[in-house]
Amino acid sequence: MSNVPADLKYTKDHEYVRADAAGVLTVGITDFAQGELGDVVFVNLPKPGDRVAAHQPFGTIEAVKAVSELFSPVTGMVAEINGALDGDPAAVNRDPYGDGWMVRLKPDDPKELNELLDAGAYRNQIGE
Amino acid sequence: MRASIPRPERFTYRHIGPRPEDIDDMVQGLGYDSLDALIDAVIPDDIRLRRRLALPKGRTERDVLRSLRALAGQNEIFRSYLGMGYYGTFTPQVIQRNVLENPGWYTAYTPYQAEISQGRLEALLNYQTMVADLTALPITNASLLDEATAAAEAMWMTESIAKKRERPVYLVDEGCHPQTIAVVRTRAAARALEVKVAPAEQFEFGPQVIGALVQYPATDGRVADFRPLAERAHAAGALVTAATDLLALTLLVPPGEWGADIAVGSSQRFGVPMGYGGPHAAFFATKETYKRHMPGRIIGVSKDGDGRPALRMALQTREQHIRRDKATSNICTAQVLLAVMASMYAVYHGPAGLRRIADRVHALTRTLAAALRRLGYTLIHQSFVDTLAIEVERWALPGIVDAARNRRINLRILSPTRLSVALDETVSLSDVADLIAAFALDEALPFMMEEARNEAVEAIPEALQRTTAFMTHPVFHLNRSETEMLRYIKRLEARDLSLTAAMIPLGSCTMKLNATTEMMPVSWREFNRLHPFAPRDQTAGYLRLFQQLRFQLAEITGFAAVSLQPNAGSQGELAGLLVIRAYHESRGDAHRKVCLIPMSAHGTNPASAVMAGFSVVPVASDERGNINLADLRAKAAKHAGELAAIMVTYPSTHGVFETSIREICSIVHDHGGQVYLDGANLNAQVGLCRPGDYGADVCHVNLHKTFCIPHGGGGPGMGPICAAEHLAPFLPDHPIVHVGGPQSCGTVSAAPWGSATILPISWAYITLMGWDGLEQATKVAILNANYIAQRLKGHYELLYSGARGLVAHECIIDTRPFKAVGIEVEDIAKRIIDYGFHPPTVSFPVPGTLMIEPTESESREELDRFCDAMIAIREEIREVEEGRADRLNNLLTRAPHTLEQVIADGWDRPYSRERAAFPSPHTRLHKVWPTVGRVDSAFGDRNLVCTCPPVEAYAAL
Repeated sequence: MSNVPADLKYTKDHEYVRADAAGVLTVGITDFAQGELGDVVFVNLPKPGDRVAAHQPFGTIEAVKAVSELFSPVTGMVAEINGALDGDPAAVNRDPYGDGWMVRLKPDDPKELNELLDAGAYRNQIGE
Repeated sequence: MRASIPRPERFTYRHIGPRPEDIDDMVQGLGYDSLDALIDAVIPDDIRLRRRLALPKGRTERDVLRSLRALAGQNEIFRSYLGMGYYGTFTPQVIQRNVLENPGWYTAYTPYQAEISQGRLEALLNYQTMVADLTALPITNASLLDEATAAAEAMWMTESIAKKRERPVYLVDEGCHPQTIAVVRTRAAARALEVKVAPAEQFEFGPQVIGALVQYPATDGRVADFRPLAERAHAAGALVTAATDLLALTLLVPPGEWGADIAVGSSQRFGVPMGYGGPHAAFFATKETYKRHMPGRIIGVSKDGDGRPALRMALQTREQHIRRDKATSNICTAQVLLAVMASMYAVYHGPAGLRRIADRVHALTRTLAAALRRLGYTLIHQSFVDTLAIEVERWALPGIVDAARNRRINLRILSPTRLSVALDETVSLSDVADLIAAFALDEALPFMMEEARNEAVEAIPEALQRTTAFMTHPVFHLNRSETEMLRYIKRLEARDLSLTAAMIPLGSCTMKLNATTEMMPVSWREFNRLHPFAPRDQTAGYLRLFQQLRFQLAEITGFAAVSLQPNAGSQGELAGLLVIRAYHESRGDAHRKVCLIPMSAHGTNPASAVMAGFSVVPVASDERGNINLADLRAKAAKHAGELAAIMVTYPSTHGVFETSIREICSIVHDHGGQVYLDGANLNAQVGLCRPGDYGADVCHVNLHKTFCIPHGGGGPGMGPICAAEHLAPFLPDHPIVHVGGPQSCGTVSAAPWGSATILPISWAYITLMGWDGLEQATKVAILNANYIAQRLKGHYELLYSGARGLVAHECIIDTRPFKAVGIEVEDIAKRIIDYGFHPPTVSFPVPGTLMIEPTESESREELDRFCDAMIAIREEIREVEEGRADRLNNLLTRAPHTLEQVIADGWDRPYSRERAAFPSPHTRLHKVWPTVGRVDSAFGDRNLVCTCPPVEAYAAL
């Protein structure tokens, strides 16, 4: 059974979202998603300052035999990216909710967060 | 009494595996009275061909060899100085006999199963290292189809790297080979990319320019300094591709040192015969930054479970089988056998030997240049390596060409007042004397040859002379003697599993017999020494063979016209779609650009559609893998105004004859679209049903599947297209040798008939088998697949079968249920290696499954041996299921087992060494050892290394 922390929000596309006090959202892929993908070998991320749109791709993640798009949970701007993934993509497998984070986003409308799944709903979706 | 003379045995008897009595027995085991009754139950009645193919009956091998000899005798071998990317070469005989003519090398498949492919993977890594060193660009692949398509791939890669621009422009140097320009133009047109052809020094890098292609040295021999051009391009944010020549690069500053971003070219002249156009391996090299944009197969270094260096194909997420319509190219089959030959040529000669060959060719060219100047001719370029462009009076040109012809020499006519001469390693001083005599119009020479030699002047400017070392790795220095070379080739061969060891039951790949008789003509000089642009009156034998092969393929597929140009299945797809596109354009329907592709399609289909400038609309497949008719109707209706085509595979990629194929075709036709039929599964149809009859408009034929061209360890392939009457005018043409229709869709390959030297293989197969043998082969292919399906039925879940519970020529077994106990499809595949077989196709068309295609060539004994292995593996899985074996540390998860592992002093696994290595009685008679353990692909993809690692990497073990 995969790890679905109760304090995070989720998308149908298997991204998680962690909001900090200042309203900045940290986004990565869930433990379930990294398990399905297998060994991650490359993560292609946008640049800080780029615009992202809700439900639209903002990057790609590659395993040895699969490639998947990363979908933005909200509309907004990229504040920061996890440059360390370039040298250590395996962090996504090792620690998806920690070192394996991908981008920090500033949402245009913080209310968009309410449309995301909570841990229970996401757990239902992945059938666990 | 009159003697009764028994008829000699026909070839069909050798090609088909099961004996006649086995066939009867197998058919009855399936519950049918006769093979024909079985076939009636498999193939839908409404598409059956109810007559014999209009081809002669099968013949004996001796008889067909005699016919091939007669055809060969009609080809004339002239000395070729035509150049344009095709040069004479001496194939070292140790390479010819032990690689080119050796089924241990030519019957292997693409190295997807790295543990039993380390031999050719090493040869390919050598190839990449050689290319990286010679071009001075570190990221290389192995390999592409030909120089012209490699240049087109470079253009496409440039387009994907460049930022989106309005009306993008790509600049092409007029010094490029004409066939390269034609292929680049064709591919650019499909992408709405404007190509401007001009002299490189006049290039203007405006804001719309995404990149430029130059030829180094140029097609007419000129050696130019492109440093200023590269600087201007980079300042404007454009990329520079150099089409180049490996032999010349031993003398010239390599493209990577003067600023090129990509280098492409052909490695033909490294020991691979011209072969009237191919097959040859093209190379592709680029900078580290662009590695994820690179097309084709990259061999990379990784490690196995014991930390030992191990090779495998790297960064596969770039490729069509994973990224589909977003792939970096549609290429699948490469030119492995030819890349291996070229790499072995480099290993054999080493850097000093290559340099010596280049120096010799260059010295002879300078001698010729001096003599021509003495004769009063003007050379157009003073800087050259091996090719001269010569100014000639208009009145004198025909006389020179004739004088050359009389000496059995072909010269290239650049224009009514220009000739060119390209020399190569086969040219001797007396050949040069013959050339000079032709240019002297047979008059006595006013000087001695020795004088010309003395007057030869430097022809490579100092700024362009190579100063950096290349091929410094020990592999290029150790194998100078023939004994060492022979052992090196054999050592690598022994690491790989080919058809010489066991069946290779890869679904969708059709790994059937590549008969020795069929292979013989490949090494006959009358077939392999011809230049692709040699005058047609010298190639009558080939032209006759092409004509007959076109007729054979047209009859087999039920179409009116055939183009032999496409050089691989993927290229056939692209060509077929370009034909459809040209057809729509001719009718004022240029807006028809939607291509429907079933979800179950092979990844090449969507990748090809995108290259043809189409937009892909997926069509759902039902749970049986069949096209969902309701969804097809809805999508066809929704896009009726812009529907260009559907791409459909038949029998389906799931190995089933869909009963609705006629309906599928008419739905698409009713909405204005054309039907492209992917011929990958033609082996289930030959003689029984024909794409042209049930509604397709164009299809490609993988000659390397159904028609016996060997897979070569990952190429060569050939993908001719067959088209209905209304599409015939649009078939591909060629700028030098006219071959296509009047409204041709363009040029798809460098050579007019693709890889001509391997076409006699398919001609021989069809001629040997005849209508009767071909039909029987198809029936037995279907029988063999159903036999396997039935034997495995009680042991594995079988996925997809037709209406009556039967499969076509392949079957899929579902291994997903074993995931619950931690056994993945990969574990089963690797365990099959321990039993001495090549695993079936893994995870295509359905993830987590194995697709098995036995072909008609495998005997009942071999089928049983394979089924016994599969059943034994099922019992091994049961041990895990029942808790008798450890879930993480068992025969499957630790497979495959190397000799070193099972013989080492330490053995800490919970199962015996004997079970690991000798799981079946047969493995005691003949054991195929994987030379490395399970390869860690993730490690290699995270740390891409695509050239030979330093020797210390091995010494550390």
